[in-house]
Amino acid sequence: MIQFERVSKRYAEGHDALREISLEIAPDDLVFLTGHSGAGKSTLLRLIMLMDRPSRGKVRVDGRDLATIGSRGIPAHRRNIGVVFQNHQLLFDRTVFDNVALPLVIAGYDHREIGRRVRAALDKVGLLARERAMPVTLSGGEQQRVGIARAVVGRPRILLADEPTGNLDPALSAEIMALFEAFNQVGVTVLIASHDLALISRLQHRIITLRDGQLVGGAA
Amino acid sequence: MATNPAQRREGASASRARLGDRYRAWRHHHSLSAADSLRRVLDNPVSSVLTWLVIGIAMALPAALGIALDNARAVSGSWDSPAQISLFLEAEVDERQASELQRELGERGDIDAARLVPRDAALAEFAELSGFADVVASLEQNPLPHLLLVEPAAGVDPAQLRETFAALPAVDQAVLDMAWVQRLNNIMELSRRLVLALGGVLVLGVVLILGNTIRLAIESRRDEIVIVKLVGGSNAFVRRPFLYTGLWYGVGGGFFSALLVLAALFFLDGPVSHLASLYQSGFALQGIGLIGSLQLILLGGLLGLAGAWLAVSRHLGAIEPR
Ligand SMILES: Nc1ncnc2c1ncn2[C@@H]1O[C@H](COP(=O)(O)OP(=O)(O)OP(=O)(O)O)[C@@H](O)[C@H]1O
Ligand SMILES: [Mg+2]
Repeated sequence: MIQFERVSKRYAEGHDALREISLEIAPDDLVFLTGHSGAGKSTLLRLIMLMDRPSRGKVRVDGRDLATIGSRGIPAHRRNIGVVFQNHQLLFDRTVFDNVALPLVIAGYDHREIGRRVRAALDKVGLLARERAMPVTLSGGEQQRVGIARAVVGRPRILLADEPTGNLDPALSAEIMALFEAFNQVGVTVLIASHDLALISRLQHRIITLRDGQLVGGAA
Repeated sequence: MATNPAQRREGASASRARLGDRYRAWRHHHSLSAADSLRRVLDNPVSSVLTWLVIGIAMALPAALGIALDNARAVSGSWDSPAQISLFLEAEVDERQASELQRELGERGDIDAARLVPRDAALAEFAELSGFADVVASLEQNPLPHLLLVEPAAGVDPAQLRETFAALPAVDQAVLDMAWVQRLNNIMELSRRLVLALGGVLVLGVVLILGNTIRLAIESRRDEIVIVKLVGGSNAFVRRPFLYTGLWYGVGGGFFSALLVLAALFFLDGPVSHLASLYQSGFALQGIGLIGSLQLILLGGLLGLAGAWLAVSRHLGAIEPR
């Protein structure tokens, strides 16, 4: 589903965030991406959703070389990928409902369908009761779950998550991970960047490890 | 890539809604953007009214001048055509032939009146009016030709008539006495161009003002734009609310300009009709009317869209998720 072929990413300052990364993630896989802070986890996810382009090498998503997607094709590409961001990226002047509905509004769904799907997604993350709340009135963990609901509401085939349990206590973290496993069960390819090694090593999934932009384990 | 059919369906439903639904959703987003933009404009009444006033004044100025010009044209057009053609006859034409010509001209349809000033009468008049009676008396013969004064009928082009008369064998010179009408027309034409130029400059100003207003709106919603782009919003989707914001500012500005012009006309109407009655004229100020007002509002809307488009195409592309 996701393939990296000798991908390197050098930022303008000459810093190599990724070096010669080759890896393959199969459909219906759930994979953890770990490594120290600054190892290149976020950079790798950014390449998949075309927030950045690789300096060298090839990234394929669903068989398609991302280099063939021009700037006009980026929105459509992103609509097929659900992303949970490290810093939530919520609209703070909209309700929880409106935040979660955003991908569906963009994709052009009918508003009855939007209502149905948004409530289903909020129900899954346990926030159905807060749909009218504003994000500032939510705790960090609740905001994170709003971000998760927004990432899955469009039923994407790929789900990327950058530190989705960063702000959560262990019990809630485990719950969130169980949620990702549930999405994976229904066929979504899931890639989760996290340095909560204690948590992810308990779960029986493949772990890709980066160190200073290089792959040190789990490339498969 | 091997995928089972169930997944295929999941993915397909995520990326594609049916075409008819998409059209309805697209229209829905338009009305949503329009309403949301209007709400944002109305949420800041002070700054919005100020923007509307600035645009209204900039549009009202050329509009009012244009109306003043129309009125001036109506006034000058209502005066009787003062054109008169003087036909100086050839020296060898005698008085009998001259009055024959006068009679012939008098029968023409394109002439209201033809008056003969015989050369002796002309000389006598000259002697009397000029005070050179002695000099005139000492002349051995009268140097003046017979003169026919012709008034063209209404609706006849006096210049063309002059050409016709100049070609008559008995006529030495045909002079059209309407230099001042031409001067007036020249002034009118010059004013019209000045108003057009001023209008052009102010229209450009309005577009730039609106462009700047929209730029600020874009700047203040930068985070939101980034997020919308992150979850797959196209440029058109991001652009839409800002185009509507421009439209609302423009429409409001056009409305204010129509109000200002109406107020100015109302203010001037009393004095103008008083003046007209002093001159026993039935002249009344022409207003802008409903159509004119609607045109101003429409123009405002178009300028608003243009300004928004300018801002959006310059600044929106630069905002990308980092
Ligand atoms: N836009 C950028 N410009 C320059 N350098 C960057 C940029 N983004 C990231 N980097 C650098 O690239 C390296 C990898 O960054 P990245 O954000 O991928 O790390 P990370 O593994 O996600 O770390 P963390 O766990 O702290 O989120 C870092 O050294 C970082 O300083
Ligand atoms: Mg990171």
